[in-house]
Amino acid sequence: MAQIRVENLRKDFGAFNAVKSSSFTVEDGEFFMLLGPSGCGKTTTLRMMAGLELPTSGEIYIGGEEVGMKRASERDIAFVFQMFALYPHMNVRKNISYPLVSQGIARSEVDRRVAEVVRILQIESILDKPVGGLSGGDRQRVALGRAIVRQPKAFFMDEPLGALDAEFREHMAEELRALHDRMGATTVYVTHDQLEAMQMGDKIVVMNHGVIEQFGKPQQIYDWPATKFVAKFIGSPPMSFLEFEGAIDDGGNAVTIGVSRIEVPKSREGRKGALTLGVRPEHVHLSDEAGLRGRVAAVEYLGTTQIVTIETAHGEIKARTASSDAIRTDVPVGLEFDRRSLTLFDANSGIALVSEANEGVLTRG
Amino acid sequence: MSAHSVTEPSPASKWIAGILVGLYAVITLIPLIWIISTSFKSGPDSISYPPKVVFEPTLEGYVNLFTTQSRPSAEDLAKLPAPTTWYDKITRERGMIISGPSRFGQRFLNSVIIGFGSTFLSIFLGTLAAFAFSRFKVPLKDDLLFFILSTRMMPPIAVAIPIYLMFRQLGLSDTHLGMILLYTAVNLSLSVWLLKGFIDEIPREYEEAALIDGYTRFQAFYKVVLPQAATGIASTAIFCLIFAWNEYAFAVLLTSGNAQTAPPFIPTILSVGGGIDWPAVAAAATLFLLPVIIFTVLLRKHLLRGITFGAVRK
Repeated sequence: MAQIRVENLRKDFGAFNAVKSSSFTVEDGEFFMLLGPSGCGKTTTLRMMAGLELPTSGEIYIGGEEVGMKRASERDIAFVFQMFALYPHMNVRKNISYPLVSQGIARSEVDRRVAEVVRILQIESILDKPVGGLSGGDRQRVALGRAIVRQPKAFFMDEPLGALDAEFREHMAEELRALHDRMGATTVYVTHDQLEAMQMGDKIVVMNHGVIEQFGKPQQIYDWPATKFVAKFIGSPPMSFLEFEGAIDDGGNAVTIGVSRIEVPKSREGRKGALTLGVRPEHVHLSDEAGLRGRVAAVEYLGTTQIVTIETAHGEIKARTASSDAIRTDVPVGLEFDRRSLTLFDANSGIALVSEANEGVLTRG
Repeated sequence: MSAHSVTEPSPASKWIAGILVGLYAVITLIPLIWIISTSFKSGPDSISYPPKVVFEPTLEGYVNLFTTQSRPSAEDLAKLPAPTTWYDKITRERGMIISGPSRFGQRFLNSVIIGFGSTFLSIFLGTLAAFAFSRFKVPLKDDLLFFILSTRMMPPIAVAIPIYLMFRQLGLSDTHLGMILLYTAVNLSLSVWLLKGFIDEIPREYEEAALIDGYTRFQAFYKVVLPQAATGIASTAIFCLIFAWNEYAFAVLLTSGNAQTAPPFIPTILSVGGGIDWPAVAAAATLFLLPVIIFTVLLRKHLLRGITFGAVRK
């Protein structure tokens, strides 16, 4: 197993710049998520790490060795494709043993290792079946088996659960994470599903338009987004924004929106002009005394909680409240925020202002 | 009215479709059946009017096709020992004796060598070229593909004279190699286009998986792509063989002896001696059909196997 370091990685396809100077480190044994909307460059980044694309510039280190220009076969890594890419003309056993055969490993050793992998994945019963008739989950397991059997330095997975149906996905996600914990293998996992990333990842890189927006642990990214994009992309429903003209001093701990003063974590930088206040739905409380007023536009019932959409003069706010609270639409309400959890953004650049709450965790690529 | 599925055809339309297809099959098969039955008729039976549908089968036509014969005088014939083989017997019944083998066997062998040789070469080169066009960034790819196809837009007769002169200069006239190269050149455009389509359909992930599993690009092509392309290769091979096998215009111009194929040879049987030996001509046509039919039947398994048989979900 190995640490993977990516430095100033860049990829151009003709005039199109798919990945712009990315840097991040995947620690040994980490389950690392590359998260972003489609077309953000996450798959290209992974393919460069695997050797399926050559970088335009930059370096990739796997276990301390620079591999940027090496063939995929020389990197000692395994790749799990979204569509599984099992060799259709071979049965399950042959598919799993295929990577070992290429290395010229003795038949008895191949059999031993295949048997071990098959036991781990519990697919003994399908070992001699052709892969054509397998269910999605079994194909997924065979694809994993083909990756594990090599005992590679790292696993790369490109949306491996994307082709499964929702119910089964949940189950495979758990299985995958359990497998990772058991083997302790460095894993880089590409997904566009923020829930999947939060659920499974030790660390997440959020990408957009070929740029790394933020890099950190799931909770840090959720609580302290580095940019408005991250704040919008992560969370369901995402962070709400209040747009306003205002100012905050270095060391200041409140902003004025309209006529109401709102306390925020102590700022580490001063800014004046167009600002955005970001708040997660669970940190919004409805209160009749509060100065910031709005009108309830919609209520979505979600079982134990409900999402209340409130229209204010500065933008729409979503609040998560207990579903036992009786809230009617079209009623004016006051809004109170949990002051320790707020983030201020520069409205134009979209970048979060540094405060005492987020200063330790804002890591951008 | 009974309820039936929207996508499943109703029994009535299945019947109509069955009858139409059956009718079409009969219409296509009649000439074939006529040729095959004629090949087993005796000379008089083959030209009798009204035509005989029921007749006594004989291998006379086949014997005449493969041998040259002469008619000895009655007293010479009487002096000869009794015929020992079945074909001697058939010939003797008509008052003839076999004087030697005809050239048909050799011409037929030429067709086999040239037809299968050029098919193999077209597929071999075509698969590699199609893979390159499908997977790599080839400069001016679209123009090249169009250019390749344009070689097929000219009728053979338009290029026959230049090729004839070229072949004479290169010493390729009337050689197997010359004909194999020529048919390969003509078939290659078809095979590149057809195979490129088939290879485009094979997901790249298969090769990428093989590359990561420790194989070189050529190994990935050979061990993963090629088996997947079997369906396409089989159908392309059939098209190539049918063209090379049936080709007449180039063959008649560029071959005369050594490398002459069956198509220009068969019509020469028509003008041997006095009357036309229809059973022999029909026998030649029947035998000529066989290799293509056998080849197609052998590859049918691959033709029927869908290309999406694999484990990739689309």
